[in-house]
Amino acid sequence: MYTVADLKKGLKITLDGYPYIVIAFDFTKPGKGQALYRTKMRNMINGTILDRTYRSGETFEQASLEDRKMQFLYKEDDHFVFMDNQTFEQYRMSEDAVGDSKNYLIDNLPVDVLLFSEKAIGVDLPNFVNLRVTETSPWAKGDTSGSDSKPATVETGYVLRVPPFIEEGELIVIDTRTGEYSTRVKG
Amino acid sequence: MNTNWTIARRRPALEARARIIQSIRQYFIQEGFLETETPLRIPAPAPESHIDAIPSDGWFLQTSPELCMKRLLAAGYERIFQLCHCWRAEERGNRHLPEFTMLEWYRAHSDYNDLMVDCENMMRSVAATCGNGSTLMVQGKDVKLDRAWQRLTVREAFARFGGITMEDALAADRFDEVMVEAIEPQLGIGQPTFLCDYPAARGALARLKADDPSVAERFELYISGIELANGFSELTDASEQRFRFEQEEQYRRSSGRIPYPEPSKFLEELPAMPPAAGIALGVDRLVMVMLDATSIDQVVAFTPEEL
Repeated sequence: MYTVADLKKGLKITLDGYPYIVIAFDFTKPGKGQALYRTKMRNMINGTILDRTYRSGETFEQASLEDRKMQFLYKEDDHFVFMDNQTFEQYRMSEDAVGDSKNYLIDNLPVDVLLFSEKAIGVDLPNFVNLRVTETSPWAKGDTSGSDSKPATVETGYVLRVPPFIEEGELIVIDTRTGEYSTRVKG
Repeated sequence: MNTNWTIARRRPALEARARIIQSIRQYFIQEGFLETETPLRIPAPAPESHIDAIPSDGWFLQTSPELCMKRLLAAGYERIFQLCHCWRAEERGNRHLPEFTMLEWYRAHSDYNDLMVDCENMMRSVAATCGNGSTLMVQGKDVKLDRAWQRLTVREAFARFGGITMEDALAADRFDEVMVEAIEPQLGIGQPTFLCDYPAARGALARLKADDPSVAERFELYISGIELANGFSELTDASEQRFRFEQEEQYRRSSGRIPYPEPSKFLEELPAMPPAAGIALGVDRLVMVMLDATSIDQVVAFTPEEL
């Protein structure tokens, strides 16, 4: 059982028998009014988006999904293919179901794949992944402010802001919960 | 190299924040307001149904400097302002921090209309020091500060955007939901909006309107759907104020909240307070609007999670 205090992006709950994933969430309070929790959820089976506003005290059932250890194999057209580490069975997942996780999927990445009645419907990523920078502008010498940022493209094609001292070819750590640069991998 | 890059990156926002706070201070000093500093830790916050104070060694961290500042009004200080931290338990979101910076100002012998004029003048002056000129760009849309700001009553806003009347929304216990889902996103688009005249039941510490006692002389200021400030023509009737406090406190206790003692010194001195108007403005949100930030996290040195 979850309460509104547990609501956050990525939480998976059951509504009307369907598993839903919270894709946007905000705590809000109209002037002097009560606390309201605005959520946007995606039905993990049919992709329908639902907007709901909850009050304090409301509760949610956890989505009953099976978590299976797999690795990402490759992308084929608009599907992503994963392999069960134990049975070597392969599962295909649509781009929609993969969602933002596609920004971090590199070949052989170990992930948890969520199954609902034997159908792969979502990915649980590690909180941090290491990705190589494939494209970014060189560090302008003399820029030591430490507060600037520049865009960088990583090997999955994902573009994010990084500190100016990051160079092409470097390995960086990205927080998959926020999509932001966390630190560089030394060595 | 151990620089915390997330915090280092906020430098431009923190520099702008400092300039904004300096220009607020300068504005009120020029207008003849006295800057005050009242205690942050107080024995009895004003009871409000949906605002929870954080206990502190038998007292509470203030949720607003309101009661102390009104005691100053009652003692003859006619134009006062304060920039201070306030705390509200369990408020955390894109536009909420449990500890935030508040600007409050009070003027004797004035009503809420005068506060709206203060807001217009003060924000134009702040925008100028930020190099924003008379137009802000917020979430991809222009907000013009130089022409007259929109004034919309709560009743009109429900009729126009809510799809339900204000009275029906109250009766159906849907007032807050309609406000958040349908109305707030439409406010302060193109120019800032003053949402005025709240139903009497949502009057808090505001005086009722003389020619329509079903509503209170209370307004909220919005820019691009973001609520920035709440102002009132202040209630000075001590027995009415005591009655409203008792009702709020009853609600608080019946919903399992920490009980507050009655703010008795405030109630004793309230009859000495002249007719006055007062307003509380969220400084972090003002900085958000001036910098077009999408989250309050971008305009503070540290979020609670970073401590």
